[in-house]
Order: sequence, then structure tokens, then C-alpha cells
Amino acid sequence: MTKNPDKKSEPQVAAVGFNRPLLLSPAQDLQGYLAAVLGKMFLLGITCVSLMVVVLIFVFISKEAWPFFATHGIGKLLGSTSWYPTAEPAEFGGVSLLAGSLYVTAGALLIAVPIGLLAALFLSDIVSFRIRQFVKPIIELLAAIPSVAYGFFAVLIMAPWMQEKLHLPTGTNALNASIILAIMAIPTIISIAEDALSAAGRNLREGSYALGATRAETLVKVVVPAAHSGIIAAIILGMMRAIGETMVVWMASGNAARIPAPWWNITQSIRTMTATIAGEMGETAKGSDHYHCLFAVGFLLLVFTFALNLASEHFLSRARRLRGGSK
Amino acid sequence: MSNKTMQRTVLGMLVAIVILIGSNALAGNQKKSLQIEGSTTVGPIADAFAEVFLKTHPKLSLTVKKTGSGDGAAALVDSRCDIATMSRFMKGKEFKKAVEKGVMPVAHAVAMDGVCVVVHPSNPINALTTEQIRKIYKGETTNWKQLGGADKPIVVISRDTSSGTYETFHKLAMKKKKMAKSVEYVNSNPQAHARVKTTDGAIAYVGLGFLDDAVKGLTVDGVKPGRDTIASGKYPLSRPLYFFTNGYPKLGSLTHAFCTFYLTEKGQEIIEAKGFVPVTNY
Repeated sequence: MTKNPDKKSEPQVAAVGFNRPLLLSPAQDLQGYLAAVLGKMFLLGITCVSLMVVVLIFVFISKEAWPFFATHGIGKLLGSTSWYPTAEPAEFGGVSLLAGSLYVTAGALLIAVPIGLLAALFLSDIVSFRIRQFVKPIIELLAAIPSVAYGFFAVLIMAPWMQEKLHLPTGTNALNASIILAIMAIPTIISIAEDALSAAGRNLREGSYALGATRAETLVKVVVPAAHSGIIAAIILGMMRAIGETMVVWMASGNAARIPAPWWNITQSIRTMTATIAGEMGETAKGSDHYHCLFAVGFLLLVFTFALNLASEHFLSRARRLRGGSK
Repeated sequence: MSNKTMQRTVLGMLVAIVILIGSNALAGNQKKSLQIEGSTTVGPIADAFAEVFLKTHPKLSLTVKKTGSGDGAAALVDSRCDIATMSRFMKGKEFKKAVEKGVMPVAHAVAMDGVCVVVHPSNPINALTTEQIRKIYKGETTNWKQLGGADKPIVVISRDTSSGTYETFHKLAMKKKKMAKSVEYVNSNPQAHARVKTTDGAIAYVGLGFLDDAVKGLTVDGVKPGRDTIASGKYPLSRPLYFFTNGYPKLGSLTHAFCTFYLTEKGQEIIEAKGFVPVTNY
């Protein structure tokens, strides 16, 4: 900033802030008042814009989904598993899509939560500080890899590997998508859970050790319960990442619109709501039944994530209250 | 950017747009812009044609949009484009709409495209009938054993329902019958190719340009997929690709030159380079 920093001719740099007149003229006074008010309004406006965007998304999707619900009713979408939107007559049974989303999300969580939490515990309490400083940024870097790159990995490496080693007929299936989604969710879970565990504080750990607890007892009975609200937040954020992800599931899940039979067979292809919208929105004629139906699926997805979000908020606030009460 | 400059820029842009539209309307066949919209399949041909035209007509403003055959038809009906590229013929509904709006769609078949049914090279099956292919995609045939092959479940792969290739396959091979729920969908020719290349029991369909040694193209109804059989239309899963214009373009106009470019030597080279088959055979 200063043009010649090594010159000693400006010794009172630190005192610059004190050079202001203490007494303001009425004009200056007004100017300052206006600046404060306008600044506040400007920031309020910006905040409102982001709020409005959320509201508008809701309004827009509801508006475009409404014609479908009005002509076909929600029962048509939730009452059948036959998804043939371009056939004649068209069938809009979305249950298999809903199930597909649930399958991959649940599968991803089953893999990512244990790995993520154990890794977070390891990073926060066991490994040395220097290694943690080195490892954590690398893990966070994983979150920055674009999802289409994960998708290529799923199709070109995971799928052939599954066919060869696990002798599955098809490598693009619910399991493949779950594993890739888990890999994508793990950095989120580790990063947030590690922050929460670290924030639980040294005094808590030292108190536990002072009472004679071992490190394992301290971790399981003191640190994890103290940080559980942050851990839940980490899991929910990982879940959000998995349920909203589109590109990876579109490439890795096989996109067969059906519920696996038998239901536990996750080595069959499935199709999620997000992949359906992404894959089919391209060529639907605007205003057609198919178009509105895709918006109806989007609306369902929105309601779904919104409910999840509300539940997580409720859960988090209860966790905070519990922790506050036990102090 | 200050508010005033911004206003001036916007105003300038508006004036430019008005002038552009006005000049288009006035200049008639000397117009210096060409709007092309439609199929993702035909798009690459139009793109390559456009490249040549931009070299010979440097002042030309030429845009090629690739959103889908349906969008191309809609754009032509609304007079939003000069040429609609389509990988299928216009539907009756679209024709009716066009005529109601005073647009007379004229088709120019510029190239032939073949949908090749491919399997893994290790698969002993070399030929199928369209009937057998249809049964596979309907989920009635589920194991290669039923067709005289190895005891392996068939992994059925289709392009996504919004692609032109799907539409052609659905019409020519499926006779518009529904595919089974267990059919997997991929969203591009390279992906379909990659899936078949790596999956022993897979069957899929791709454009002729994607037929290589890594996958095996099946003989369908006794006809091998190839340049000659597709150009002549003998191969059952072949289709013409179209440019649609509003009426036959005025002779000597840019639109006319563009729509007949496929007849020139250069045009044929381009079509071949893009993996399609020229309709002309010099």
C-alpha cells in the first residue's frame, strides 16, 4: 500500500486513524448518517436477494409442477413403479425413482459414516499435530474434484472392476453409485466432524484423563458425546451431498427405472430422481405432460430435502439444548 | 462499470438487435445471418458446414444450436430459425402446427445414419433379427443362452430417451414397444461404447461412427452394418438425417447454398469425417 515503505518520513502510520476531526460539521454528520443507513439497506438487500432466490425457486418449481398434480394427481406419481414418460400412453410412476434415490443415499451413508467418523476421531485425537496439518487439507481437496471426474472413474474403472472381481453382470449399479457417493461425502463428513471434535476442547479431555479414564474411554464416553451435535451436522451434510448429486449417479447407477428384486440386491441398476431430471429435461417439449412431470419429481425432491433439512435443524437445536442443560 | 456506461451498453445492444432484425427483414435473400437449430445428431454436420461457410463468408453471422430434433421443429414453426436440423422426419403434429402458422416445411435429406447394435467382442453371437433384438429390449429374452450363446445374463443398455438415436432405435427396432424396466440408460454414444467394451454380457446401440474393433457390430436381419448397406437403406436400422426449411429455399440464397452443400465433394468429405454416410455416391 505505502509507496516507499523503507522511507522513515511517515512515522505516524499507526496514528492515521486518530487524525479525524472530533467535531463534525452538520453536512459531515448527515453524510455519515446516510452512509450508515444506505450501507445497512444495501446489506439487507443482498441478504433479501439470497432469501428471494430460495423462495423463487420454490415458487417456480411449484408453478411448473402444479399442472401435473392438477391433471394427474399425486397418486399417479406415487402409486406406480412404471416410468415410461415418452410411451403412448405415457406412464409416470415415480416410486422406483424415489426408491433409487433412497438406495444410493442409504448405501453411501452406510459406507461413508463409519469411515468418516473414525477418520475424524483419528485426526482430532490420535495422530500427531504435524501429520494432521498435512493430511486434512489433502482430504478437503477431495471435495474439490468435479463430480463428472468421479463419474468417469465410476464408469471406466469401478464398473469393469466390479464385473471382473465380483462377477456381477453389470458394473453400473446401486453399489457402484453408493461407493462413489460415499467417497464424495467422506471429505465433508471428516472435515466437519473433525472440527466439532477439536472444538470439544482440551480441558474436557484433560478432565477425563485426570479422573483416570483411558484414551479410548475418553474418546467414546466424553469427546464424542460432547461433539455429537457437530457430528450429526456432518452426517446430514454428507447425506445432502449424496441425495442431491446428479452427474455421478447418472453415470454410475445404470439408470434402470425399477426397484431391485429382491429388495436387498444392490448390485442391480437403479435410477434416481436427480438423474431422471438431468437426463430427460433436455428434449421434453416445454409445457408437455412429461415436462411438468419432471418438475413434479423435482418438487418431490425439494420437499424431501427440505424435510430433511428441517429435521436436522430440529435435531441440532435439541442437541445444543441437551448439551447446554448438562453443563 | 458505472451505471451510465451500463445503460449505454444495453441501449447499444438493443439498437444493434433492432438493426439486425430490420436488416434481415429488408435484405431478403442477401441476408447475412443464418440460424440453425435442432438435433444433437445432425448438429456436428451443420457445425462443420458452418465452419466452411464462415471462411467463404467472413461477415456472416451463423449460429448452430444443438438441443434436439423436437426443438428444431418448434423453432422452424415459430420462425426462430432458417434451418431446422432433425434426425427424424417431422411428425404430423408438427406439420399441422407449422401449416397453421403459414410455414411450409421442406425436407432435405443430407446424410444417412445407421444405428448399429453392438456386443462385446468375446460374444459368440454374430447376427440377430430385429425380432430378437426387440425381445431382448422388452425383457423377454434375458440370457444369451436363449439365443445360442454363453450362459450369461444379458445386460441391456439403451441411450437416454431424449436422444435422437434412442428415438430411431425405438421406432425401427422396437416398433415403439416399451423397453423393460431393467434396461440401463447412458447419455452418450461414447459411454454406450465404453460400457459394451468393458461388459461381457452387454448389448447396446451406437452410431456407425462408433463402430470399431473394441466392440462387435451385429448383422441385423442378415444385413451387415456398413457404409454401403446404410447408404442404400438396406440395413434395417438406418435413417436419413434432415435439414428442414420453410419452403424450398430461394435459389442462390445462403440457405439454399447451405442446404445443398452436402452434394459438393467437400460436403461429402465432412459427412464422412463425422461418421455418417453420404447419400450421394460419386
